[in-house]
Amino acid sequence: MCGIVGLFLKKDELRPRLGELLTDMLVTMTDRGPDSAGIAIYGDSADGIKFTVQSDTPKEDFAGLEEALRAAIDAPVSLKVLDTHAVITVAQATAATAEAFLEGRGLRIMGKGESMEIFKEVGLPQEVADRFGLRAMSGSHGIGHTRMATESAVTTLGAHPFSTAEDECIVHNGSLSNHNDMRRRLTKKGFVAKTENDTEVAACYVSSRIAEGANLREALEGALEDLDGFYTFVTGTKDGFGVVRDPIACKPAVMAETDDYVAFASEYRAFADLPGIENARVWEPEPATVYFWER
Amino acid sequence: MTSALKKADAVDRVSASKELGSLRSLDMAEVELRDVNATLQAAGKGENDNRWEVLNPRGSHAVAVGLDVPIEVTVKGSTGYYCAGMNKKATVHVEGSVGPGVAENMMSGTVIVEGDASQYAGATGHGGLLVIKGNASSRCGISMKGIDIVVHGNIGHMSAFMAQKGNLVVLGDAGGALGDSIYEARLFVRGSVASLGADCIEKEMRPEHLEILKDLLERAGADASPSEFKRYGSARKLYNFNIDHAGEY
Repeated sequence: MCGIVGLFLKKDELRPRLGELLTDMLVTMTDRGPDSAGIAIYGDSADGIKFTVQSDTPKEDFAGLEEALRAAIDAPVSLKVLDTHAVITVAQATAATAEAFLEGRGLRIMGKGESMEIFKEVGLPQEVADRFGLRAMSGSHGIGHTRMATESAVTTLGAHPFSTAEDECIVHNGSLSNHNDMRRRLTKKGFVAKTENDTEVAACYVSSRIAEGANLREALEGALEDLDGFYTFVTGTKDGFGVVRDPIACKPAVMAETDDYVAFASEYRAFADLPGIENARVWEPEPATVYFWER
Repeated sequence: MTSALKKADAVDRVSASKELGSLRSLDMAEVELRDVNATLQAAGKGENDNRWEVLNPRGSHAVAVGLDVPIEVTVKGSTGYYCAGMNKKATVHVEGSVGPGVAENMMSGTVIVEGDASQYAGATGHGGLLVIKGNASSRCGISMKGIDIVVHGNIGHMSAFMAQKGNLVVLGDAGGALGDSIYEARLFVRGSVASLGADCIEKEMRPEHLEILKDLLERAGADASPSEFKRYGSARKLYNFNIDHAGEY
């Protein structure tokens, strides 16, 4: 099944409430996916690159990490630990060295970018939200996922969102049927999925198209041609928010738009507490149609 | 259920119209879904318990399902999956939009949706009238078995798939593969049809069809003339056994 939610703010006034609104939407979708949950949130742009890293043994792995990384890249580092995740900020020029160092320490890089941070774990959505303090987060837009695993294991790395390029992320309800073939093709192009999960292949696909010069809308239009199976995707970039459903469109989707925001959810229930929802334009996105907003 | 009834009584309101009986409320902010449905299912048998409103549905699933008494229920807001499912005799009016499967397997009665309906509205319905004043999405009237459905707006793809009996009236446009593998349901579309499904063809609009259409449009409060519609139905080549093809089985 799975539940997906997304919220893209058009005005800055709601920014301090993004985490709160998105968390409530996510928790409402618990029935659709109680095994794991995750969120990607586009907060304040860092002066540099932010890495969100995860560890199963955070106490050991994050102790002394800031100092070790600073020594390794010989440049300033900031580090913020949130449960099993840490958000590490370094200057753009040192990002590649820092990434190699972090991977060398055995840390899992969930995502990186100027503004995007990703938090995902196994457990009920409410528990996951509490562990990371999602409600208190602010930002311009975010997407979230509650997972009921069907085609790969219930693990932290199997949870959504998936990110395969800077400030790009995707959540998915459905299952892809040509992901193995697509995985091989993308690997040849240099876009290597780290997990067995089909959604990560979709993330790699979108990243590959954007790397080739497409914008998010064009990348999602390409997905309609190249990805086979069932999918409702919600995607984020630094400034953009996109939605696409496969042509059969049996995975549920509903959207709401006001002057203040665009919201996506698997079910209307998730919108019930959004401000001004009673006067919002609410509609079901059409099959095989790309919806895209940009700041 | 006793507690639900008490709560319901506590928020009762008396209607201005005595003939219709007083209007009683069930507020889903206070009353559990199961109690709301149990209360409605038990209603219509005493005095002044045939008009109800359901407040704060907030997209809940299975609101006002399984009713089998001639009561009137107004749902004040949008609902989730299977609203008014399996309805019999009751009139359910949703002042909002509905999720997938509204009025699925309806037997009789009337369901009116002011907003849009998601997938498979009226699926497998045996009777009654389903009116959607907005748009319905994919698979509207799938496997319908006698229900009448009137959609004021558009319908999505694969609507009336394997539709067996009843009438589907669409004032707007129909999506792709309309009436795929259709049996004997009648489809009336005023706007465009993206494509017809297997064994579905345009058919002649005869006087008896115009009569059926006129009646349905009136009952659905639809401002349209029967002459503006085209009729579609089965070419009857797919589901009839043809003796000439016996050797192929």
